[in-house]
This record gives sequence, C-alpha cells and structure tokens, in this order.
Amino acid sequence: MLLLALDTSTPAVTAGIASLDATSGAVDVLAEQVTVDARAHGELLTPQLTEAARMAGIKLRELDAVVCGAGPGPFTGLRVGMVTAAALGHGLGLPAYPVCGLDAIAAEATGEPLLVVTDARRREVYWARYDAKGVRVAGPAVSAPLDVPVADAVRVAGHGAQVYPDAFDLPVVAPSYPTPCGLVRVAAAAIAAGAEPEPLTPQYLRRPDAQEPGERKRVRQ
Amino acid sequence: MSKIIMGIESSCDETGVGLVRLHDDGTVELLADEVASSVEEHARFGGVVPEVASRAHLAAMAPTARRAFATAGLELRDVDAIAVTAGPGLAGALLVGVAAAKAYAAALDVPLYGVNHLAGHVAVDTLEHGPLPEPCLALLVSGGHTQLLRVDTVASKITELGSTVDDAAGEAYDKVARVIGLPYPGGPPIDKAAQQGDPAAIAFPRGMTGPRDAKFDFSFSGLKTAVARWVEAAERRGDAVPVDDVCASFQESVADVLTAKAVAAATEFGLPAMVISGGVAANSRLSALAAERCAAAGIELRVPRPRLCTDNGAMIAALGAHVVAAGISPSRPDFSAVPGLPVSTVTV
Repeated sequence: MLLLALDTSTPAVTAGIASLDATSGAVDVLAEQVTVDARAHGELLTPQLTEAARMAGIKLRELDAVVCGAGPGPFTGLRVGMVTAAALGHGLGLPAYPVCGLDAIAAEATGEPLLVVTDARRREVYWARYDAKGVRVAGPAVSAPLDVPVADAVRVAGHGAQVYPDAFDLPVVAPSYPTPCGLVRVAAAAIAAGAEPEPLTPQYLRRPDAQEPGERKRVRQ
Repeated sequence: MSKIIMGIESSCDETGVGLVRLHDDGTVELLADEVASSVEEHARFGGVVPEVASRAHLAAMAPTARRAFATAGLELRDVDAIAVTAGPGLAGALLVGVAAAKAYAAALDVPLYGVNHLAGHVAVDTLEHGPLPEPCLALLVSGGHTQLLRVDTVASKITELGSTVDDAAGEAYDKVARVIGLPYPGGPPIDKAAQQGDPAAIAFPRGMTGPRDAKFDFSFSGLKTAVARWVEAAERRGDAVPVDDVCASFQESVADVLTAKAVAAATEFGLPAMVISGGVAANSRLSALAAERCAAAGIELRVPRPRLCTDNGAMIAALGAHVVAAGISPSRPDFSAVPGLPVSTVTV
C-alpha cells in the first residue's frame, strides 16, 4: 500500500511517501522532505509532499491512505498538517489516519523504557512515556520540564530534550521529531486492517487563552 | 468552455466554501455558498477569540467543502481552479484555509490563487448584479474593516481612499451593544431597537468630520465613548435609559458619516457607481440612507443581499473567477497567509 505521512506538530515540517506491506507490516520510506522551520508549516507542507511524491515517482491519486501526526503540538503549526490531511482525504477520496506524534517518535526508538518530550513553548513540554515494547504507559500530557515524571524511563527522545538539556538526566536517543517511518508504523495495523480512521481531531492539551469579560469599565465623565 | 472555481474563506469566524461557474462571456454564476460559523462560541467572550476561531475552522473545513459540492451537484474533479483568502485577517485562522486550499489544489491538480478578502467583498456583488461598472467606489463595512476603495479592476487594481483610524464600524456596534446590555454581535439587535427609536433624540458626534480631518477616513471610537458616557450619566441620575432612542441616534451617526464620506468620495473621483458590502451593509439605516444620498447625487448604488455581504466562500470564488478571467498567474506553491495584506494587493 502507498501512504503519505505528514507531521507539523514540532518545528519540523515533515512529509514522506512510504509503502506498507499489509501482511508483514514492513514499512519502506520511498521519499521524504523535512524542513526544520517553526514558522513555515503553512508555506512548505504541500510543496514538500508534492515533491516527495515526485521523488518517489508516484501521483497523489495512487495513494491508499494519509497518516497525519495529530499532536500534541503548538496549535497553529499543528493545524496545518491536520487540515492538509483532511483536505487531501476529501480531495483524493482517501482515509486519513491521525496518530499521536509522540508515539511516532517512540516507534523509532523501541527497546528500553523511553520518555518522549517535545517543546510545548511557554516553558513547558509535551511528553509521554513508553515501556520496553514501545507501548505508551503515561501521557500524552503537558508539564513544566522538571515536573515530567521520568519513572523507569532510561532514555529520552524528542527535541524537548535538546530545548531543555538540563531537565532530563537521561541519555538522549534519536529521533528528535516524528518521522514518516514512525508515523506509518503507528498507523500500520489500522491501515492494513482497513479500519475506519478516528476523527482528525488534534491533541491540543490546552484550552484557548480567553477570559470571559468581567464588569464593563466605566468611562470617565 | 465555462470553468468551475472553488473559493475558500477562513479569515475570521466563518468557514466558507463557495463554488461558482465562470461563463465564457465573463459572467459569474453562484452554484454553492456553504458557511459554518463559530460566532456562538465567541458570544460569551464579547468578541472573536482567534484560537477558538482557528479550532473551529479546522473542524469545519472539509465538512463545509463536502456540503458545497453536494449543494452544487458537482464532483471534485469538476473544479478548474481554487481561490483562497490569503489576507487580511487573523493569522491562525487564515492559515487553516490556506493550508486546506493548497492541499485541495494538489489533490485536484488545479491552479491556486491566494486572494484578498476585501476584494472578495467587492467581487461578490457580481454574483447578484452582474459585471461591475468599473471604475466604481466600494464602501466595505464589517466588524473588522471600514474602508473606502476605488475599484478600477476588481481582479487587479484597487486603491484605498480611506479607512478607520480606530474601531471598525461593526466593532462600534458590538461595543455599544455591550454598554446598553444587548447581545453580541451588536448589529442586528441595535438595528431592531433603532426602528422604534428617534434618530434625532440624542446628538451623538460625527467622527472625523471636522475641516482638518482626513476627508475619507473614519473614527468610531469617540462615538462609542460618547454613547457610554451618555448612558452612564443617565444611570447616575437614576433615569431609565431610552434604549431605542440611544440605538437610533447611534445608528444615525454611523450611517450618516459612512454615507456622507462615501458619496463625497464617489463625487470627487467621478465614480458613477457605489458598492456597499461587508456585514454592516445589512444594516437597514445604512442602506436606506445610502439609497437616498446616492439617488440625490446620481450614483448607482449596488448592495448585495445580506447573505453575500457577510464573510463567505462564494465571494472568494467570485473574485477567483474574475482573476482567472483576467489571465492572472496562479500563486507560488509556497505562498504565505498575510494577516495585514493591503487591499492594493488583490492576488499574492
């Protein structure tokens, strides 16, 4: 099966074309385009995915599904990937599978208990914890770096560990950002089974900053 | 061969998807105009909350597009070009529409045009009244914009003659509604109350009408404060606030200044026609006074029906059709949403 994987939940603008062997679950990334620029998601994502398709030698209409990182991540960038997946799903008549971006990072770093942290801005990180088999056992959540419960994790992945190098006293392992391969691996079972995708709802983990107005200020007479 | 143009709008709190047909003779026909509004989610905050609007755009984008195609009885493959609001508007809100439009254009392999929201408000009139008499004057009045424009060619040449130096006209309605305890958005309830009131009851000020003020600029902040001061003084005296008279007198000030300056601009620049668009164009006093003053000055007045005046995707599709008809080049694939896009930039 031919898949398009997208993620905009971190400063990386990520698009890749992968093939998935529905029987064995093997994932082969045919082409990927990644730019690290937190201010260019809206500009670059679609040009990058069309370029990845061109490099892979396929037309978008040959795709079987779209996989999209659903966060958690800073809202404005995160929405670019989500709405791109929704529009491609509608435009191409494809299922679009949301996956947790932290899970996609963990999928590329299995083996020992792992903490994944990404930058949530405002001096906080998004985090989740995984067991040796790569199963998420805590999170996703948003916390101050020093409040993240490390528990039995023996390694840390995700660019949050680079943004807050002193907060996590663990060996840092790759990857820093969700990769096309990791994204596809997380969704592979559902795609291979032809499961109905979950709704494309982002994991914001924070409410909008908005306060209801109080008593109106009086004007000076 | 006629062409189908899809328009996508997400600059504020309405997610709009419109479909139009551009005929060979250059006329543009409305096929679908679907809008999902998040206005109710903003009401308790008394104004549009950008993050709330952006979240709503994401949730509504593909469902609204599906409804538009269903309404028009068209398939996605029928689309020949896509236009999307590139600005001006709320940055996070614009980005959702721009990203969606890029993805639709890639999926359908059609050209994409990032276009100006304000020009869309002018172009939408062609869906109702046919080709614009160009050059013409446009008065755009909404919750976010209050501008006088000279429109030489809606697809490529628009010049700002004046704009508000502080609040937009619709914003003044929202603020005054709050002062007198009417709901958000303030336009409809104030218009309704004003029907029962006396527009001459209270002499509220006419902003920016002094001899040294910029001829075609507007100001509504002082008017809003004057209303608040008048209402609070009445309350302090223990008088009942005559809400209907306050609304009628406030509305008279807004409509008076808008129409007087618009007619003066059309006259000074020799523009034989005027388009009034934007959410406040639905205001009954504004349209009545504009009709009266345009007739007296010999200016043809065109006001699209209220449904087309507020933000929607049809206006962006209509502008896209004129841009396609003019043979203008599509936008670069990596174009940005531009929150402060000037009206002189019709396509990015």
